[in-house]
Amino acid sequence: MILVLFIAVLIVGALLAWAVGQRSASVARWISLLSLIFNFALALTFWIRIYGRYTFTAGNPWLVDVNWEWIPSLGIRFHLAMDGLSLPLVILTFFLGIASVICSWTEIKERIGFFHFNLLFILAGITGVFVAVDLFLFYFFWELMLVPMYFLIGIWGHERRNYAALKFFIFTQAGSLFLLIAILGLYFIHGQTAGAYTFEYSSLLNTPVAGAVATWLMLGFFVSFAVKLPMVPFHPWLPDAHTEAPTAGSVILAGLLLKTGGYGIIRFVIPLFPGASREFAPVALGLGVAGILYGAVMAFAQSDLKRLVAYTSISHLGFVLLGIFAWNELALQGALMQMICHGISTGALFILVGALQERIDTRETARMGGLWSAMPRMGGVGMLFALASLGLPGLGNFVGEFLVLLGTYRVSPVVTILGTIGLVFATIYSLAIMQRAFHGPNVEGWKPPDLSPREMSILGMMIAVIVWLGLYPQPVFETFLPALKQLVAFMAVH
Amino acid sequence: MLHALWIIPASPLAGFLLLSIFGKRFPRRAVAVIGCGTVGLSAVLALMLGSSFIRTLPEASCYRQVLWEWISVTGFEPQIGFYLDAISLLMMVVVTFVAFWIHLYSTEFMIDDEGYSRFFAYMNLFVSSMLILVLADNLLLIYLGWEGVGLCSYLLIGFWYQDPANGKAAQKAFIVTRIGDTAMAVGLFLLFLKLGTLDIQTILVRAADTWPTGSGMAIAIAALLLGGAVGKSAQLPLQTWLPDAMAGPTPVSALIHAATMVTAGVYLIARTWMLYVLAPPVQAAVAVIGAATLLIAGAAALAQRDIKRVLAYSTISQIGYMFLALGVGAWSAAMFHFMTHAFFKALLFLAAGVVIHCLHHEHDIFKMGGLRKRLPAAFWAFLIGGASLAGFPLITAGFYSKDLILWEAWSSEKGSAWLWAAGLIGAFITAIYVFRVIFVVFFGEEHTPAEKRPGRSMQLPLVILAFFAIIAGFVEIPKTLGNFHWFSALLSTAIPAQRESTPVRGAEMASMTIAGAMALLGIYLAYLLYLRKPGYPGQLVRAVPVRKIQRFLFSGWGLDWLYDRLFVRPFVWISRINKNDFIDSIYGGMAALCRSLHLLFSSTETGRVRMYAAGIAIGAVILVAIAVML
Repeated sequence: MILVLFIAVLIVGALLAWAVGQRSASVARWISLLSLIFNFALALTFWIRIYGRYTFTAGNPWLVDVNWEWIPSLGIRFHLAMDGLSLPLVILTFFLGIASVICSWTEIKERIGFFHFNLLFILAGITGVFVAVDLFLFYFFWELMLVPMYFLIGIWGHERRNYAALKFFIFTQAGSLFLLIAILGLYFIHGQTAGAYTFEYSSLLNTPVAGAVATWLMLGFFVSFAVKLPMVPFHPWLPDAHTEAPTAGSVILAGLLLKTGGYGIIRFVIPLFPGASREFAPVALGLGVAGILYGAVMAFAQSDLKRLVAYTSISHLGFVLLGIFAWNELALQGALMQMICHGISTGALFILVGALQERIDTRETARMGGLWSAMPRMGGVGMLFALASLGLPGLGNFVGEFLVLLGTYRVSPVVTILGTIGLVFATIYSLAIMQRAFHGPNVEGWKPPDLSPREMSILGMMIAVIVWLGLYPQPVFETFLPALKQLVAFMAVH
Repeated sequence: MLHALWIIPASPLAGFLLLSIFGKRFPRRAVAVIGCGTVGLSAVLALMLGSSFIRTLPEASCYRQVLWEWISVTGFEPQIGFYLDAISLLMMVVVTFVAFWIHLYSTEFMIDDEGYSRFFAYMNLFVSSMLILVLADNLLLIYLGWEGVGLCSYLLIGFWYQDPANGKAAQKAFIVTRIGDTAMAVGLFLLFLKLGTLDIQTILVRAADTWPTGSGMAIAIAALLLGGAVGKSAQLPLQTWLPDAMAGPTPVSALIHAATMVTAGVYLIARTWMLYVLAPPVQAAVAVIGAATLLIAGAAALAQRDIKRVLAYSTISQIGYMFLALGVGAWSAAMFHFMTHAFFKALLFLAAGVVIHCLHHEHDIFKMGGLRKRLPAAFWAFLIGGASLAGFPLITAGFYSKDLILWEAWSSEKGSAWLWAAGLIGAFITAIYVFRVIFVVFFGEEHTPAEKRPGRSMQLPLVILAFFAIIAGFVEIPKTLGNFHWFSALLSTAIPAQRESTPVRGAEMASMTIAGAMALLGIYLAYLLYLRKPGYPGQLVRAVPVRKIQRFLFSGWGLDWLYDRLFVRPFVWISRINKNDFIDSIYGGMAALCRSLHLLFSSTETGRVRMYAAGIAIGAVILVAIAVML
């Protein structure tokens, strides 16, 4: 029931916020914030309650699930389920949801009710993606994320918002088409061989597909997720969408939407087509490391601060791809940790850039410089997350990246060494962020106010989480572990 | 007592947290008390802990304290745990002790700076990271401290952030050392893959069990770790960042870029000594790198005009001696020189800081002069530090540590006459460049008047460090002079002592005499050139070839220029030309193609029926033709 509650609260919150938004903007904000805090608290207590006490009955790998009949004639069920893989991602969704509501408190000035409607609907879609285990339902949520995000960028975005929104929509929609075809392909093959047509994940797991068919179906799934991740060369939608989106949009895009790509590969591509994925692994490793290096070099070249941060995502998500296709538990744990930590650290960087733009009305680094003396708090927080981004030990991203590289080394030393060189590039662009924005002379004589208590409250929490994950990530690993064991068992067969 | 070990790194960390969160609201006095107090607590604890630890030697030669499990994923189980033995004890005591006096000095040195609390916050974070590095029981935790000190080095070099040049120097330091760290990280991956652990003591045992001497795997790993050490310790070919690092405040140069952080590479190699024993070619490379670095950096120091840059090149050169010692297997000699160097080089920097402070941020030695009378404390401190650095015979600490390295370079199994000669020439150069500074700055005519005088907080550290720059050498006295080996006996509980060499008293005596003579000769030459005939070097430089050499040395052997052409410019160029992402333009091209096709086809929609009829007819003919042909 808790899973239905998560989504229901968001949808009801969304409708309420839209309804009252006309009359009172601040009530709309509070509705949005409170529904997310409710969900966050619920998810957190659930985690604490079940932590360390996972008991599985045979044949049921889920911590909790809801399985209702929906369209029986087509074998479609309303089946939501959560395991250790999705739980941390769901918690992250609500956490970053809270962050994005708080950071857009004063930034969004028009159509506030509708803004929060869209925001909560995206989050409902993302939550659904993380917990749906009926492939039809999954595809439903997958599409549900898309449209409100299109509105979010297109209505509340910056200068080139229409271009960016359209580009985002076309790229992801094109990817989704492959996903749909692959899902249907799998559905029919399963129906023909097993005699029963179903979209149920656990039934489809045992579909005997092999050879070229498996490869094509695998690629259908993979391409869709790779666009979201984003993997080079499917990334060009990302810099535009991130740059033009309002801050909340960027936080959700970078922090959560990209993670649905990584999650999709781990949840669907590998378990459904282990053999074909295994054969594909060298290509994926190559593309992953290409993304790490390419994204980092591109980031350094940007003069728009938000675009710079956007390109760093491409680099960081390259580690996720590396970790998944390194095909071992160590790297997988690293990839998952990297997903969580990237969500926090890049989310925080986008919040900072948004706060900066709100104050000085530009994202051009050429016009910045020397902002530390006016805003030491923002400088300090920016430094911390720049350091997280360059993989400083003691902060969460290091744990993720190090485990990924450690696990990848077993498979391919060359890829690992190139990935490690990516850390040097990460240092270069991260320090460039600090140098261009906060250090050097303050040529334009900016005197903006420092971070407000409202902004500090959320950034402070993000700092606490990233330090916690850097120094004691074990609870998160333990949570992932049971689900990963099953996945690794799948991998071991192939 | 030993249970309090964790407090030693935790105390400065607490200071950092306090100062970074509330620093702005504290008055300067409170900032100074927190900044110095937390480090002082560590220093006192380190001394107490050290004395109690030494009393239990040799029955218990190490103490382990595990705080918590850091990561535990399928056999990869690094802990947050500390390991105390003679080497880490030595490092810990020297680091906290020197750090405390430098903190005290800074309370006065930085008093007018608006970033007072920020300065002490960074310094405290540095001390904490350095202690974690030193005490870590596994290589991943060492890596954490390693990157932590690198971060603080970056923050403090760029402390005066408004000047872009400082920012550039800071970034250079971080990026160049990070290149070395990349090699080290790959070394860690390889170590874990082959030995299944990153715990240092386990590695030492398993490595010896797993690999024969000279095995390829041991060579690869030792070389990769060496990469990290070379970056951090500013050795060839990654030494270029250290001279620029002098952009930071002088106490920073004293603490981070002379006494402690830059010797982390030496510590890493000594800590993982077994890997180098198993990899003789790499160990030989360590010696050669050390010898080459000490000569190259020493020569570059001769040509510098900036007082801090002289000392920076000197630091590179002295760490070269430590590498030389490590390379010939004289582990305790390297650590011995680390200790004496920490005292005398910190002293030299602090004395230079007094000069700079009192001359209104003047760095050029040729604009100083005659400061002996106006700044006697600085003069005596610099003289004592300089004498120790030059290895003035018998009475200075530097003499004993350098002499031990030279002797080992000659007599040890892995040593050779070449290495010994390089060290000897280096000693000669060292004496020249440091006494050149002394004669130019403190003697002769006064060029810039000293505006202020150092207060008590700046003078006391000078006195203390000067004391140790003299007496620290007496813990290890060669056979011919008294045969006192307290220091190497202590270290031998953690790391194998050099094999007792056959009694060749004559040779040892000769080596020592030559080394002492070299130092005196260098001092005399500096006296001749810069005090007796001060115009002579100027005349010499007027000759074109000499000037060219001087410029070449001044630029640090042109390596900055080379790296700029080889790495920096290509990287910037590639990123600039592709700023708009060529992959994006492929998709842009697809969109443009669609649009032009759209225009093409919509232009056929003319509304003229004759055209449509003609189109249909032609199309039909073509289709029929195709059908017939097939």
